[in-house]
This record gives sequence, structure tokens and C-alpha cells, in this order.
Amino acid sequence: MIPDFKQTVPVDQIGVDERVARFRTRSIKKESKLFALKLALQMVDLTTLEGMDSPGKVRQLCYKALYPHGTDPDIPRVAAICVYPNRVRLAAEILKGSGIHVASVATSFPSGMGTLESRIEEVKYAVDEGADEIDMVISRWAFLKGEYGFVFDEIAAIKEACGPAHLKVILETGELETYENIRKASDIAIYAGADFIKTSTGKISPAATMPVTLVMLYAIRDYFLKTGTRIGMKPAGGIRDSKTALHYLVMVKETLGADWLNPDLFRFGASSLANDLLMQILKQKTGHYQSPDYFSIG
Amino acid sequence: MSEKEITTRQNLHFDELWAYDPAPESPDYVKIEEKYDLFIDGRFQEPESGRYLRTVNPSNETVLAQVAEAGKKDVDKAVTAARKAYDGAWSKMAAKERGKYLFRIARLLQERAREFAIIESMDCGKPIRESRDIDIPQVIAHFFYHAGWADKLEYAFPGYRPRPLGVAGQIIPWNFPLLMAAWKIAPALAAGNTVVIKPAETTPLTALKLAELIRDAGLPPGVVNIVTGAGQTGIEIVNHPGIDKLAFTGSTEVGKLIQKAVAGTDKKYTLELGGKAANIVFDDAPVEQAVEGIVNGIFFNQGHVCCAGSRLLVQEGVADELVYKLKMRMESLIVGDPLDKNTDIGAINSKDQLDRILGFLAEGVEGDQKIYQSKCDLPEKGYWCRPTLVENVSQSHRIVQEEVFGPVLSIQTFRTPAEAVTLANNSPYGLSGGVWTDKGSKIFKIGKGIRAGVIWANTFNKFDPTSPFGGYKESGIGREGGIHGLLPYLELSQ
Amino acid sequence: MSNRVNVLKTCKLYIGGKFSRSESEHYFQVLDKKQKPLANLCRASRKDLRNAIQAARKAQADWAGRTAYNRGQILYRMAEMLEGRRDQFITELERAAVSRRNAENEVDLAIDRLVHYAGWTDKYPALFSSVNPVASAHFNFSIPEPTGVVGVIAPDNGALIGLVSLIAPVIAGGNTCVVISSEKHGSIACTLAEIIHSSDVPGGVVNMLTGFRADLVPHLSAHMDVNAVLSAADDTDQKKIIQENAHLNVKRVHFYDGTDWLKEQSQSPYYIMDFQEIKTTWHPVGT
Repeated sequence: MIPDFKQTVPVDQIGVDERVARFRTRSIKKESKLFALKLALQMVDLTTLEGMDSPGKVRQLCYKALYPHGTDPDIPRVAAICVYPNRVRLAAEILKGSGIHVASVATSFPSGMGTLESRIEEVKYAVDEGADEIDMVISRWAFLKGEYGFVFDEIAAIKEACGPAHLKVILETGELETYENIRKASDIAIYAGADFIKTSTGKISPAATMPVTLVMLYAIRDYFLKTGTRIGMKPAGGIRDSKTALHYLVMVKETLGADWLNPDLFRFGASSLANDLLMQILKQKTGHYQSPDYFSIG
Repeated sequence: MSEKEITTRQNLHFDELWAYDPAPESPDYVKIEEKYDLFIDGRFQEPESGRYLRTVNPSNETVLAQVAEAGKKDVDKAVTAARKAYDGAWSKMAAKERGKYLFRIARLLQERAREFAIIESMDCGKPIRESRDIDIPQVIAHFFYHAGWADKLEYAFPGYRPRPLGVAGQIIPWNFPLLMAAWKIAPALAAGNTVVIKPAETTPLTALKLAELIRDAGLPPGVVNIVTGAGQTGIEIVNHPGIDKLAFTGSTEVGKLIQKAVAGTDKKYTLELGGKAANIVFDDAPVEQAVEGIVNGIFFNQGHVCCAGSRLLVQEGVADELVYKLKMRMESLIVGDPLDKNTDIGAINSKDQLDRILGFLAEGVEGDQKIYQSKCDLPEKGYWCRPTLVENVSQSHRIVQEEVFGPVLSIQTFRTPAEAVTLANNSPYGLSGGVWTDKGSKIFKIGKGIRAGVIWANTFNKFDPTSPFGGYKESGIGREGGIHGLLPYLELSQ
Repeated sequence: MSNRVNVLKTCKLYIGGKFSRSESEHYFQVLDKKQKPLANLCRASRKDLRNAIQAARKAQADWAGRTAYNRGQILYRMAEMLEGRRDQFITELERAAVSRRNAENEVDLAIDRLVHYAGWTDKYPALFSSVNPVASAHFNFSIPEPTGVVGVIAPDNGALIGLVSLIAPVIAGGNTCVVISSEKHGSIACTLAEIIHSSDVPGGVVNMLTGFRADLVPHLSAHMDVNAVLSAADDTDQKKIIQENAHLNVKRVHFYDGTDWLKEQSQSPYYIMDFQEIKTTWHPVGT
């Protein structure tokens, strides 16, 4: 049953912030750290979303995805690369058979201010080009205006347009501001058919934060407890260092449990995070602190 | 969520795939002497009693140190030293200079914060996360806060001249050993009194470390005297005719004995005693944060908290969902080595206390109460209790009436706001209470209705030196902290 | 005219807004300052005391729930009523205890004292409340609330002014009380009860007992539904009993013996605060 989105699920901001502060006090050491660093690397959606994304840049990113750190077989690959629709074909060709997903930001990213027709068209184009994951943006203007049905219907329509591709719904939490809005937008996205909910485009500050992600995890949990269906989570933007990534994993583990600790249900949308994870993995393995000079950029 | 959804829902798995490795704070860094004497008149002195007690690490049952047991003569020496210091240097000192000593103590504590946190966790059993992030920072904040009052007391009492009382005798409990010492010493000194303080028998070490620090701070001898010991030492302080003011934090039982003992004397006193706080959750509450508040309310410091939210009152419509989520949350609580940075719940402070807690639970098992404990592993040695819920209880059960002082939460449901307030107040205690609702006007109504000194609305177990703390009814007399905590250490004249 | 026989007043206990004789039907005689019989007063029993405490408890929540403005008006009404019967009190005081001049002074002062506390009801909470700047994202404030039911033991000095000086701050602060009047000056207490009765003070807010302190103080101080005891009686033994019994339910105890109630300074908001509890409330600040 679809909830009445006019009803607000109460969320106490300070309580959420305090819970997050507790996650941050978890101290991850030794084997558990190495495990988590590798896990985090497997969850990365290696991303480039710039107007200057030439084929060359995208090619470079794809190779980074395939060979994160030379040919070390102990280093896992990232989950996906994430590009604009017009670079999907190239990425799909390079990554074919690798198991690395190709995600694309369709639907008039990042503003979402296109017509529904044009946004659907863009989704279909990206899927046809080879994307198996679509990262859409919601119409924040409509959400903030209280037109929840409009937002819901749009997501549902785009989900339909995705066909076999997985749909990640970007809420752009930095524009929604309150945790109660974020909870509500999460619920709308989930009930409208999202496979993943995602915090941010990366173009608006603040992007992903732990408290915002926690609110979204609670929405995912409540949906699971009601329906038994698992929705994925993708914080995106602003996650640059391993320590933060590990705290996110702690949060996922203690909120949703082990079932969500895999790339099918949790992703990091990030670009520089991958290399920091690699540096930390190497530090754990060698015992030496690392230098960026020894890690290729994507 | 409906009852049907709850019964059909699938489980989440918190204990699989990824466990945290131990992350212990190393105790090598701290120095604990084999033997501690009494801190009287600015130096450590062997007890006239000749007796020493052992203090034990409750997480592994090893002896940490021998600690002197002050007898009647020792207490007398301490009171005499305190009197001499009061009549001498301390009362003649300008108030702002007095304040600077307190600032200095605060700064020295900041410098040695981690050392104090480690010792606190070893002696007391509380997790290092709490001693490091809550206890010691609060200790420091208390000294800073009261340092500033020293030369501003007349602003707190316009039209009156505040004067110190003299020698304060102070007796503190084992649940927040150094924090309670700070709650007692800081306002007493800021107001111009001198102090004879007795830490709890099972947790004397941080107070003795504080004695070292006070000595290093150059405080005039006798201004703070720290006499360790057990109950009898406390009695000697209470009955000593040279004490002008008593400040006690501990059980209601002992508080009553103190109140009786001072009958017929002019001793002023403040008492911070037990509690049995109701934590009331309405059906419009932010559920996830309420769960956190409940966890923080009862499992903070192993439930060894006088203001613990030990009675959960939950509105019937939301009870199933809330209790389900609470149980889920409890699965991620880690019980174990207090020095491990990931430990959420440390060791029960003593064997006696553990026996007392287990006694309540045994009684519950014999009755028709439903006892639920999280499934976490416990260490082999030491005193431990899993986080525990007791369901199927009513107001007449002992576990609802009496203070357990452990990680044990009783759960009752209610139907209307009026019923919730009635249940909350149906207790001889009145220390604290919790209210969880999204509706502002309801917070004020319920908060006013609860007869207790501290109301946490949409939060729980928060403390701050600026915020007065203390109970109604049998939970005590007087306030500590804030502007209202000053008067108990002063007398006013026009 | 001169043949007319005076109608004498029967002095009764004042419990729960009603005047009643002692259930024990015991009485005692008080003398005037010339040692002539002044009146027969009810000697309140332990049961009368219990009834009075029950009445005080029953009235407490409503009285505390009144607005401060309303409580202030009612205290002011007491002053008005006392002013209206100023001459009667002067006459009674003069006969019972003091010179005419002193009686006049005492009554005037008692009226003014009621006015003083009437004005405090809506001010002391502001003076003794605080917003506490806690170091976290919380709004934190502390306010005074009444302690509850207060046992009041009147002094022997200041037959009227002593009584008024004790009762006024206690009820101004939203408490209800059970008063054990001075053994010497019970008749004044009886008359003051009439003032209270006619001043819109709800029944049970002030309960006035006459009798022997030795009969009543041990039970008052041991009663588990009394939250505090205030004694202005100069009696060392009874002070000790009060303090000892207070421990049974952690009563707040205040002794005001030795206070000269005729002094202007013997009034202050701190008398109100002696029977207030500070309640601190925390709430997160967020969106």
C-alpha cells in the first residue's frame, strides 16, 4: 500500500546527528579494516560528470575501473563507472565482459528541468547505448511545492522507460534541506519503483552526508520490514577519504545489517575516493604510509 | 506499522560478514601506584587506621591498587586541615584568584584527559568511549564553568551578599567517579568553601589522580582533602562536628540515613539520590530517534545512572514497532572490554551490583515477566550483563518500582497522555523523565505533568555544567550545576 | 443596650475549606495577656491532621495549575479582607498579646506582607528561572515549580504577622499547606482562617489547625504525603524530631525560628524559593 505522502514521518535532526556521531566513534582496525577497504572499493561508482568529458577522459576512467592498481589480482574492481549518456557507448565497449556496470545520469541531469518526454527520451537513449544503470534526478521544484503525486508519477514513468536497467533516484538532498523532506522524498522514490536511492548529483553543496544517508537508510529499512524488498543506497559527492567511507559502512552494517554490505545494495558515488582506498589497502598490506605518486589517476 | 506487518517481516542480520577487530586503548600509558594513601593537607599521608582496601578492575577481576581506608582520626585530620585552609589562605584569597586555581585545574585535566579516561574505565568498568567522550570532557567543563563563577557570585543573588559556608563534606558514588568529584568540588571551591571528599569504595583511583593534579596545581594545602574508604568513612564525615555542609550523591537508602543523622545539627545538606525515570514515547514520536533515546537512556554507563530511563512507557499503537526496532538496535550493542574503543556497554561495577541486577532478573523469570536479552558474546572473566528488556510488567512489579541500577529496561504501554503522566508519577522518585513526541504543545503539557527535576524531551541523558540537575520527592534535595547549584554552597545575607 | 449579651465565637479547625470541630472533640483553653480565659480551641488530633493533609493534597494540583496572575489576585484579596477587618484583628491582638500600638503595627504589616507576596506570584518564576547555554544543540531551561504539600508550624512570636509571613510565600508559590498554629495564639489563627475562607482561596489550599505541637508535629513530619516542613517554632527537641522524621520520604525542611517577623526584611522571594523545585527541560534545536 502506498503511504499518504502528505503525512510527514517525524525525524529529529539532532537525534540523527547524534546517532551518526556514534558511528564515527567506531574504530576499525587490522583485518576488519582491510576487509572493509576492499569492500568499499568494490562499491565505488567511478564517476565523471563534466561538460569537458571527452572520449579520452572517459576512456581513461574506464581503464582505471578495470585496473585500479596495476594488475594486482588482490585488488578488487569498482562496481561501475558513471558518465553522461553520450559517453555510454564508449564506456560499454571498453568494459564489456568485465562485470563492471555502466551507469548514466539521464533525465536532464543535474537540474531535472526538462519535459518529462525529453527526460524519458534521454533514459531510453542511454539504455539503448548500453547503460544498465540509470541515475535520474527528481523534480525538486515539484517536491518542495508539495506536488508529491507529480514527483511520484515522474519516477514511475522513468522506471518504466528504464526497462531492464536499474534505476537510481537522486533526491538532491542538499536542496531538500530538512531530514523530514529527505525521508519523504526517499519514500516517494522507493514506492514509485526506485531500485536505489541516491543522495546527490555532486553539483550542489552539501552533497552526501552521513546523517542524510542515515535518514535514507531508515526509509529503506522500513520498506524492507513492510515488504521484504531490499532497496539499494548510494551516497554521492563529498566522500573523499577511506575513513569516511568506513564510517558509512559501519552505518550500513548497524542499520541494515550484513545483507546490504555488497555492491548490489550499496554504492559510493565518488571519483577521488577510489585512490584513497587503494592507498589505505596498500598501507594495510605493506605497513607503510603511501604517496599519491604511486597511484594512477582515473 | 501494523501487527501483521511485524509478524511477517523478515529479519536483518547484524552479526554476520563483518565484525570489528578489537581496538583497545592501551593501559601501558598510565601509571597506577601499587598503594595510595590519603590526600590530606596537600600531601599523601598514611592512614592512622593502618588499613587499606583493594580496588578491582571489574572487567577482569584483577586488583588495580591498594587504597587507604580513612578512619575516624583520619577524617578528623582532614576536616581540621580543611578548616585551617578555610580560615587561612582560602577565605583570605581574592575571589578571582580562587577562580584562577579552578581554571588551572581544568587546563591540567585537559592536558591529561586521556590518562584519566583510561584509569576511569579500568577502575569503574565503563567503556572508554564514554569516559573519553563524556565523563572527562564533562569534568573539565565543570571546572571551567565554576571557575568563572568565583568572582561573580554576587551577580547570582542581586541585593544579597553571598558567603561560603565553611568546610564541605562530600560523598560520591561509583557510577561517574571523577565526574561526581567535579560536580562536588568545583562549585564548593568556586563558592569559597574547602572540601573533604570521599570517593566510592570501588572507584577511588581517578579521585586520587585528581589529588596529584591538585597538588601539582599548587592549590593551598587543605583546600581539597581526599579521603578514601567505605561506608564507615562516609559516616565519620557525616557525623563530624566540623562539617558545615554535606553533599551526597548515592542511593536514596543512604541519603535518608544521612538526613536522619544530621537531625539536631545546623549542617546544611544537598542530596542527589535514586530514580526510576519514565521514558514516555507517544505514537507521533520520531521512532528511530526515540529508539536511540531509549538505548541511551537505559544502556548508557551500563544503566548505572540515577536518572536512567529505566521505565519505558509506550503508547499502544506504536508499541510493537518500537519494541521491535529497539530489539534490533540492541543487536548492534557491543558488550565487553571497557578499554576497547568499540565497546558500547562495559562491565558491571562490582560483583555485588551484578548480583543485585541478576536478582531482579531471576525474580522476573519466576514471575510471568518476559525477559529479552541481546545475543552478544560476553567475556569470561569480569562482571557482565547483557542489555535487557523486561516485558509483561505492571506498575506493581518490583522491577517497575525499584531502582535496578543496571542495563535493564521495563516496558509498559499506555493509551492516553493522562495515563502516561499518572504512570510516570506513580513512584516515590522524581529525578528525571523523558517525552517523545513531534508535537510541541504536548511536550510542555507532559513535561509539566511529570514531577521530576530533569525532563528530556526528544532526547535523554544529556548533561551540562550550566544545566541544574537534581530531584523531586525521594530523588533528593537541592540542585547541582547551573546558577541553581550555587546556593547550596552559600549563605546569603542582606 | 447594656443588657445585651455578647455572642461569642466558637473557634473551629479549618480543613478543606470547611470549619469543623476536632473529630476527637478535645479542646484546650487559651488565655489572654492578663491570663484570663480567652477562648476554647479545638485540640486537633492525629486524624484531624491526616484529614487536613489529604485536603491539602487534593487541592494542590489545581492551585499550582492556576495562573500566577490568579494566585496573585487571590493573595491580594486576602490583604483586602484583612484590611476590612483590621479593627477586629487589632482588638484581638491587643487582648491576646500586645499593646494597642504594636497590634496596629502588626496588623498593618501583615496586610502589607500579603500585598508584597501577592505581587511576587508572577515575578519570582522569571527571576529564578534560567535559560542555560548548554554546549550542545539543545534548548535548555530551568523553572521553579511548587514542592507540593507543606507542613507549616507557626511561631509563638508575631501571632498574626508570623502566621502570614509563613503562609503567604508558601501558597504564593503554588503549594498547599497544613498549618499548626501557635499554641498561645490559636485564636488569631482561627480568625485568620476566616479571612482566608472569604478571600477566594480554594478549599484545602490553607488548612489551619489549632492544638498542641507535641500532638501534631511528630505525625506531620512523618507523614509520607507531606513534601516539606517549615517550622518557625523555637523548639530544639521538635526541630530534631522534624529533621529525623523528614528522612522517611526525604522531606525538605526549613527552620525559620529566631526570625523577627516584624522586620521589613523578613520577606523576600527566597522564602518562596525554599518551597520550590527547579525543573530543567532539554529539547533539541533542529529542523
